[in-house]
Amino acid sequence: MSIISVISVITEITENSNIQTRLINMDALILARIQFAANISFHILFPTITIALCWFLLFFRIRHLQTGNPAWLNAYQFWVKIFALSFALGVVSGITMSFQFGTNWPGYMETVGNIAGPLLAYEVLTAFFLEATFLGIMLFGTHRVSARIHVLATVLVAVGTTLSAFWILALNSWMHTPTGHIIENGQIIAGNWLEVVFNPSMPYRLAHMLLASGLTASFLIAGISAYRLIRNDKCPSVGAALRTAVISAACLIPVQIFVGDLHGLNTLEHQPAKIAAMEGVWETERGAPLLLFAVPDEESRENHFEIGIPKLASFILTHDINGEIAGLNDFAGEHPRVAPVFYGFRIMVGIGLMMLLTSWAGAFQLKRHGHMTVGLQRVFVAMTFSGWAATLAGWYVTEIGRQPWLVQGLLKTADAVSPVPPSDIAITLTVYLLLYTALIIAYVSTVFHLAKKAQSNMLADLPESHTGAPTHEPA
Amino acid sequence: MNLHDPSYWLPLAFLAAMGLSILIYAILDGYDLGVGILMLNATEAERDRMIASIGPFWDANETWLVLSVGLLLVAFPEAHGIVLSGLYLPVTLMLVGLILRGVAFDFRAKARAGLKQTWDRLFVAGSMIAAFSQGYMLGRYIVGLDNSASAQFFGVISGLCVMSAYALIGAAWLILKTEDRLQQKSIRWAQFALPAMCTGLLCVSVVNPLVSDRIFTKWFSFPEVFLLFTLPLLTVLLLIQIHRSLLRLSQTKQARAYIPFLCTTGVYILAFIGLAYSFFPYVVPDELTVWAAASHVSSLWIIFIGTIIVLPMILGYTALSYYIFRGKARELVY
Repeated sequence: MSIISVISVITEITENSNIQTRLINMDALILARIQFAANISFHILFPTITIALCWFLLFFRIRHLQTGNPAWLNAYQFWVKIFALSFALGVVSGITMSFQFGTNWPGYMETVGNIAGPLLAYEVLTAFFLEATFLGIMLFGTHRVSARIHVLATVLVAVGTTLSAFWILALNSWMHTPTGHIIENGQIIAGNWLEVVFNPSMPYRLAHMLLASGLTASFLIAGISAYRLIRNDKCPSVGAALRTAVISAACLIPVQIFVGDLHGLNTLEHQPAKIAAMEGVWETERGAPLLLFAVPDEESRENHFEIGIPKLASFILTHDINGEIAGLNDFAGEHPRVAPVFYGFRIMVGIGLMMLLTSWAGAFQLKRHGHMTVGLQRVFVAMTFSGWAATLAGWYVTEIGRQPWLVQGLLKTADAVSPVPPSDIAITLTVYLLLYTALIIAYVSTVFHLAKKAQSNMLADLPESHTGAPTHEPA
Repeated sequence: MNLHDPSYWLPLAFLAAMGLSILIYAILDGYDLGVGILMLNATEAERDRMIASIGPFWDANETWLVLSVGLLLVAFPEAHGIVLSGLYLPVTLMLVGLILRGVAFDFRAKARAGLKQTWDRLFVAGSMIAAFSQGYMLGRYIVGLDNSASAQFFGVISGLCVMSAYALIGAAWLILKTEDRLQQKSIRWAQFALPAMCTGLLCVSVVNPLVSDRIFTKWFSFPEVFLLFTLPLLTVLLLIQIHRSLLRLSQTKQARAYIPFLCTTGVYILAFIGLAYSFFPYVVPDELTVWAAASHVSSLWIIFIGTIIVLPMILGYTALSYYIFRGKARELVY
């Protein structure tokens, strides 16, 4: 045996073991990503509801104080239950998040902890305690404090939830468009905190998310109210809540489409690879079509079954029908997987358009006839949780669209992954998935159950439905 | 090493803030986890009242855990990685427990009537799992995140100790917040949990100096030993006081119902001081000191300023909330 062949055998063995370690790392990476995605997806469902629902509750509460109409109080009392339930699910899944930053992505805090840490700390300090403490007073303090203090507590919970969104979206946006940092002795530290917080994509992302929350809560309220109407629930609060929700949805959706467009233009400027994946553009082209449907193929780097409107993508993104859009091939090896981003974007936009149609049709019927047709009510019932689907699809577009980067241009996801054995991650992932599936089923069925129960309660004790016994006796 | 150098004292300030946050968490979420454990042996009406006694508070109580972990994450990111990766499975177990009890709390009253008992069981199970895994992690931390069988056995002992400590403070809370039969039942629960916690405290206090020469030297060197001796002495006095107060409460209604809770809190504080003294200045036992683990001074500064402004406000409105819901617990109505 010649020396050369020995060497080649050795190289082969080492190469194989390299491939093996890389495969194991790959598994850990994918498992860590799936697990984190599962947790953050489950978590975001509930803040998406509570951020805006709390402002709706404040509106119901203030309308009752202004008009004295018990329908508004009734609407408040019904929706505060769903708020409390959603809030609890948001809190417990949020606790999980605070641990998983460290358990799944230790490299994240090691590399950009000096930026991420303070933003997360400010979220806990300024938002979490505020909302959690005043939630107790808001939920259970009705008979212990004056109406004025109760409204104040509701305002503080609403401010807390919105503030929480502000901090976490500032951090998330910084991960997409990092600015304001300096690199000192190999460490990334903040140079200018205002630039870190108000980074280029932050205003668009925050507005987009707050509007998404407004739409999710609107369609939830509209859907459940329509469900109660179809079940012949005569409580006057149902109509009041439905009207409020449909009008707010009809007002918010055009604003959301406008803000979403601005957000897209901002992404084109800072993350062109993500836009290329969203539009399914492989080769840089002028006058790119807007693809309504296609099947992107990562292997052959082309789309199958394309259906598109010529030149529209270029027009939307560059405001010029022959504008140039950079293709994925310009970012070979540095762009996200195309299919989830491409499909996610279409799901989000599709649901958005359905929201536009239903909410405008609903607002029109309410304005013209004072009520909605049963057919449209059924559509609203079907769209009760449409906000969830659109929000998740949108988050997948933007977060998967950032890959392979964890922090754009500064840190790759693969470099932040934890040394925890893949088998441990697989076990805990299974537990989480089972738990979350059970909880989502329990949540949705409980929301509908509460809607049914509200009706039977009202039939049972109509005369005394507005007199609450004191909840606590002072010492 | 001087107080004018922020890179010396800022990490210490954050260690103190984190310690305080963990202590407050153990006391506050301790009593509501304890109430959850005690619900194992309660009728439905009693369970409703027990839930009502913690309803307005549990959410804010758990936020102290988020703050503790948050401070570990932002001030000592490297330690966060080592500790939480080392305790990966028990951390997950604890989170599952906390998720179960947090949601069961709301679902039990809102889901179909037939499911209420199931959610109550999940609430009890979640409270037990969370309490046990917290104690288990404490035990593993004390023996330096060691993975041996004896370390895991010690973790289990420590887990049971924390469960009984939470049950005790939970019972003490119920003595304070309830009356009549439930209060009498709570006194018996407390009398049951007290010796269990004492055994656990003894185990942890004996094992702690034995596993580490450094901790042994710290506790048994001259002349510190005289000063340090006051810690176990005070603890024993408080435990006796709890015992006597429980006896008095079970015999006469006139006894002061806040004594058991106050004294149990005292025991928690003393135990915490003991542990803190053992491990200082390490964040990861015998491996990473507070200074080596700390983040960059510039980030610590910006969080420090926020903490100084916001923490008094948090304490203020927490106090307000306890004031508004003072007195005996009544039925919870929205």
